[in-house]
Amino acid sequence: MKPHLFQYIRAESTQAAIALLEEFGEDAQILAGGQSLVPTMALRMANPETLIDISAIAELQTIELSDGVLTIGAGCRYVDVLNSDLVAKSAPLLCQAIPYIAHDAIRNRGTIGGSLALADPASELPACMLALDAVIIVESKDGQRKIPAGDFFQGTYFTDLAENELLVAIEMPEIASNQIHKFYEISRRSGDYAISGGAFVLTHEDGCIADARLAYFAVSDCAVLATKAGEALVGNSLSSEIIETVSDIAAGEIEFFADLYNGEAMKKQLTKVLTRRMLTKIHDGMN
Amino acid sequence: MDPSYALSFKLNGRQVKQEVSPRTSLADMLRNQMGLTATHIGCEQGACGACNVVVDGKTVRSCLIFAIQMEGAEIETSQGFEGDPLMATLRENFANRNALQCGFCTGGMLLAARDLIKTTPKPNREEIREHISGNFCRCTGYEAIVDAIWKTAHEALDLEGEK
Ligand SMILES: Cc1cc2nc3c(=O)[nH]c(=O)nc-3n(C[C@H](O)[C@H](O)[C@H](O)COP(=O)(O)OP(=O)(O)OC[C@H]3O[C@@H](n4cnc5c(N)ncnc54)[C@H](O)[C@@H]3O)c2cc1C
Ligand code: FES
Ligand code: FES
Repeated sequence: MKPHLFQYIRAESTQAAIALLEEFGEDAQILAGGQSLVPTMALRMANPETLIDISAIAELQTIELSDGVLTIGAGCRYVDVLNSDLVAKSAPLLCQAIPYIAHDAIRNRGTIGGSLALADPASELPACMLALDAVIIVESKDGQRKIPAGDFFQGTYFTDLAENELLVAIEMPEIASNQIHKFYEISRRSGDYAISGGAFVLTHEDGCIADARLAYFAVSDCAVLATKAGEALVGNSLSSEIIETVSDIAAGEIEFFADLYNGEAMKKQLTKVLTRRMLTKIHDGMN
Repeated sequence: MDPSYALSFKLNGRQVKQEVSPRTSLADMLRNQMGLTATHIGCEQGACGACNVVVDGKTVRSCLIFAIQMEGAEIETSQGFEGDPLMATLRENFANRNALQCGFCTGGMLLAARDLIKTTPKPNREEIREHISGNFCRCTGYEAIVDAIWKTAHEALDLEGEK
């Protein structure tokens, strides 16, 4: 349970971190909160020769709202996002989601960028990014790329991030007055990874749903949008019949992957239950 | 032999210097190099909470931080907190209520409890259980721990005269 020996470098700026990634190439890894990387190194499942510590880079830890776009720096820790009034006001989905991630001591260290770069299929935040239609900003010596969340997450621990790129920030639209953010997950114990979880962003007009982005996590090889279920909601009010139908469609369209403890049938059933509970809560809240 | 690097940081109120290898965790440095063995190591994966310490005012897992990251930091371990009345009351109530048996979880548990009372002055039993869900105890069954934290939270209120 002790890691391989490595060289440690504390990067003082984003530009320095990018230059170091270029210099050390595939032998280097970014150390952000270390809440996933350190245990993986202790188990010797990761053996980087160089660690580039970005945790002291202040410019990666800003949260800003301008022209209806909320920008969160990749180095922001969960606790900073959770305690941000700006995030609570403009992207309440994130403040609903973060308490479900691990425990205080992990949230005091783990970062938003680390969670997204890792792309654990059971992680809460990738699904939030899909629901929010967020854009992931990555940077290398060749400049920045802005990648829609839908293209960024490609599979289990697999993203569009290239080896020489640093995830620098995430942009998402500010919540509109006719939008509802809802997050919920079913797990065995508080702090455990979910068996099934959902992050929903609904837009309503005159009591009917005008747009629905229903994202799920811990159910497939990565976070997924249930687009058919979303479409089925459009133009309808949240009656119990529609809720039932949409829950069935969501459970039908997702390709379920078992985890260590829960089979596909269990995840499918709980996804149906989760969808029904979430939409019912939203309905109750609207009236 | 691993290379070693000189660090300087504040530990339990004192400015100290220490040489470390890059791969040494904060937990290992505290225990093996600095003799602070109340910081326990259970899982080395962030799951059990026995290794909790406070870094720059925030409770963290010392098994998931490299010691070399601690240049300039302020670290408080469960053996610190000199002159902290809340920690003193917690320790007393843990002892009086037999909220420990082997004591392996206790250091981490005390830090988690202190955090909770600081942020939620009047936690109910459910909130206490939720907050310590990241700290495993394999002996007590938690009931006595919840009692001790609850009592401390309410005594702390009494101390401030706002029952
Ligand atoms: C006990 C325990 C329980 C947990 N429970 C949950 C949970 O319920 N839900 C959940 O989502 N997570 C959970 N986690 C994982 C935790 O959220 C991690 O903090 C997170 O997944 C990674 O963030 P980090 O900042 O710690 O990244 P690190 O561990 O530092 O890095 C993770 C990976 O991302 C790369 N990386 C990090 N930042 C960047 C960047 N800016 N650009 C490019 N690459 C980067 C690293 O090189 C590494 O490969 C848990 C962890 C523990 C220890
Ligand atoms: S030893 Fe660090 S959490 Fe278990
Ligand atoms: S007292 Fe033994 S683990 Fe808690």
